[in-house]
Amino acid sequence: MFSRKWVAAAAVGALMVAGQALAADKKVVAVSIPAADHGWTAGVVYHAQAAAKEINAAFPDVEVVVKTSPSAADQVSALEDLSASRKLDALVILPYTSEELTQPVKAIKDMGTFITVVDRGLTDASIQDLYLAGDNIAVGANTAKFMIDKLGGKGDIVVLRGIPTVIDDERIKGFQDTIKGTGIKVLDIQYAHWNSDEAFKLMQDYLAKYPHIDAVWANDDDMLLGVLEAVKQSGRTDIKLALGGNGMKDIVKKVIDGDSVTPVETPYPPSMIKTAIYMTVANLIGQAPVRGHVKLDAPLITQANAKEYYFPDSPF
Amino acid sequence: MTALTQSVPARNERRYQFSWADAGPFLALAALLALGFLVNPDFLSATNLSNVITRSAYVAIIAVGATFVISSGGLDLSVGSMVAFIAGITIMFMNMMAPSLGLWAIPAGMAIAVVTGLLCGLANGVIVTVGKIEPFIATLGTMGIFRALITYMTNGGTIPIDRSLREAYRPVYFGTLGGIPIPILISAIVAVLGAFVLYKTKYGRKCAAVGANEDVARYSGISVIKTRTVAYVIQGVCVAVAAICYVPRLGAATPTTGQLWELQVITAVVIGGTALRGGKGRIWGTIAGAVILELIANLMVLSDFVSEYLVAAVQGVIIIIAMLVQRFSK
Repeated sequence: MFSRKWVAAAAVGALMVAGQALAADKKVVAVSIPAADHGWTAGVVYHAQAAAKEINAAFPDVEVVVKTSPSAADQVSALEDLSASRKLDALVILPYTSEELTQPVKAIKDMGTFITVVDRGLTDASIQDLYLAGDNIAVGANTAKFMIDKLGGKGDIVVLRGIPTVIDDERIKGFQDTIKGTGIKVLDIQYAHWNSDEAFKLMQDYLAKYPHIDAVWANDDDMLLGVLEAVKQSGRTDIKLALGGNGMKDIVKKVIDGDSVTPVETPYPPSMIKTAIYMTVANLIGQAPVRGHVKLDAPLITQANAKEYYFPDSPF
Repeated sequence: MTALTQSVPARNERRYQFSWADAGPFLALAALLALGFLVNPDFLSATNLSNVITRSAYVAIIAVGATFVISSGGLDLSVGSMVAFIAGITIMFMNMMAPSLGLWAIPAGMAIAVVTGLLCGLANGVIVTVGKIEPFIATLGTMGIFRALITYMTNGGTIPIDRSLREAYRPVYFGTLGGIPIPILISAIVAVLGAFVLYKTKYGRKCAAVGANEDVARYSGISVIKTRTVAYVIQGVCVAVAAICYVPRLGAATPTTGQLWELQVITAVVIGGTALRGGKGRIWGTIAGAVILELIANLMVLSDFVSEYLVAAVQGVIIIIAMLVQRFSK
């Protein structure tokens, strides 16, 4: 009995070693991202997996491994697991938190791994070889520019903001700095925690409080969905514009369809993880140097370019 | 025995005597309405009040169930994620059935929602009673399970309802019957049923007896396991009814649906005068509690003197004052 078990164990072990040896010929790119717990992270997971599939199919010498983690602590463990069994040629990481992930990523960097950091920076910027992120200030600023233009430089608007974080602050700052000095007046600004239900309630309250509103800006598309329902229910026609941000497929679809209240969208695209993975792989096998700091802009998505940002199969 | 014999005369007395403690939540509600009117006259407009009361319907309906669970000495932290889970199952089922059943997919989906809620409640109840696990821990566990299931079902995104059903189902949240929004009618029906069962039936008295003193109830021949399990099942069905009203509002279920509702529900129940340690349930107080919570949030937006950063703090202060008023009015 025992001996048979040992033989089986040895066989499995041998297979694993063989697998390891085979894998060693490939260049390994590990991708560590948060698990899908809301729309945007769901989009990140979708695009990371899509990139892995495409690259693994296109380049037989490269293996992209995607690992999702539900918390910062889990992400630290995931990094240890990923690097313990084999040498990583590159790591693409969207860190949960800057502080907790900095040391673990540095440990991997010290093994000679190429490090790509996406979206949220580490506390020590010297660790990363490539940093890629969107531009939250531009999300606010570009939305504001469009609104000023469309409303003819003046009007009364209400704003819904998300969860008190740097992301939210930057979007609001970009917006407020841009409307400064114009005739656009922010009647009210409140937190709705990037949540459709809270946004629905808040918009109902705004509508009860203000008899005339020219435009609404919800700094995220989940909230915009709630806003649109509340406006629809009220039957009010004074609201000329209701804009969001992030690039949710339902809203991009509205832009494609030429919706008059939501004619544009500003992206903070979860597909940035895909851009980062492709760039990392380009460096690894194509000898295309990519070291540096890349900031994706937040250009207005209009009917003309909306197709580029529309992913009907993505959950977000 | 003592718990029962004492509770019967107390009930009779209450019928004839005005009790400040029982009136507490309604006085708080009236005070809040007056305050709101002073702050902003629009507060008492028919549209605003109907919006706010309609919005409070979910928490009110779930809180009626929670009144049973809490008065029987239990606690259910899983209700928020259970709403999301049931909403997800319901939408998926309706979408699946839409091609074959047409609009009949909506009532079929509602039936599935109720069955799912019943089973979820039964699971909670059995874990707590037969498994003899502290309700806090047991339902903390199922809370995580339901939340993970809805996240899995949605891939972290949303499950939207089929377009062909959207318009037909919309009136369940947005429609009115005789001028009264349908969610308000549904919560009124749930409350009347809840009040009848809790105050007028044998089961309601068993519930209070088990919550007041488990050992005494057991010696009196009451099955503690059965009584508590049924309370969790009632809770599950109430959550299902809330989910049925929830789905047509935004037409989708997401991983953030119903987040932190469990805390709102427990707050509504306690503001309403139900003792968190069990033994005493107040259905109409619970309803008042749910409306109070929603009114406070509404008042924060309609008034201009609270900074957006401090809204939650002011809400907390108002809730604590409401509880203090009740405590000292006894």
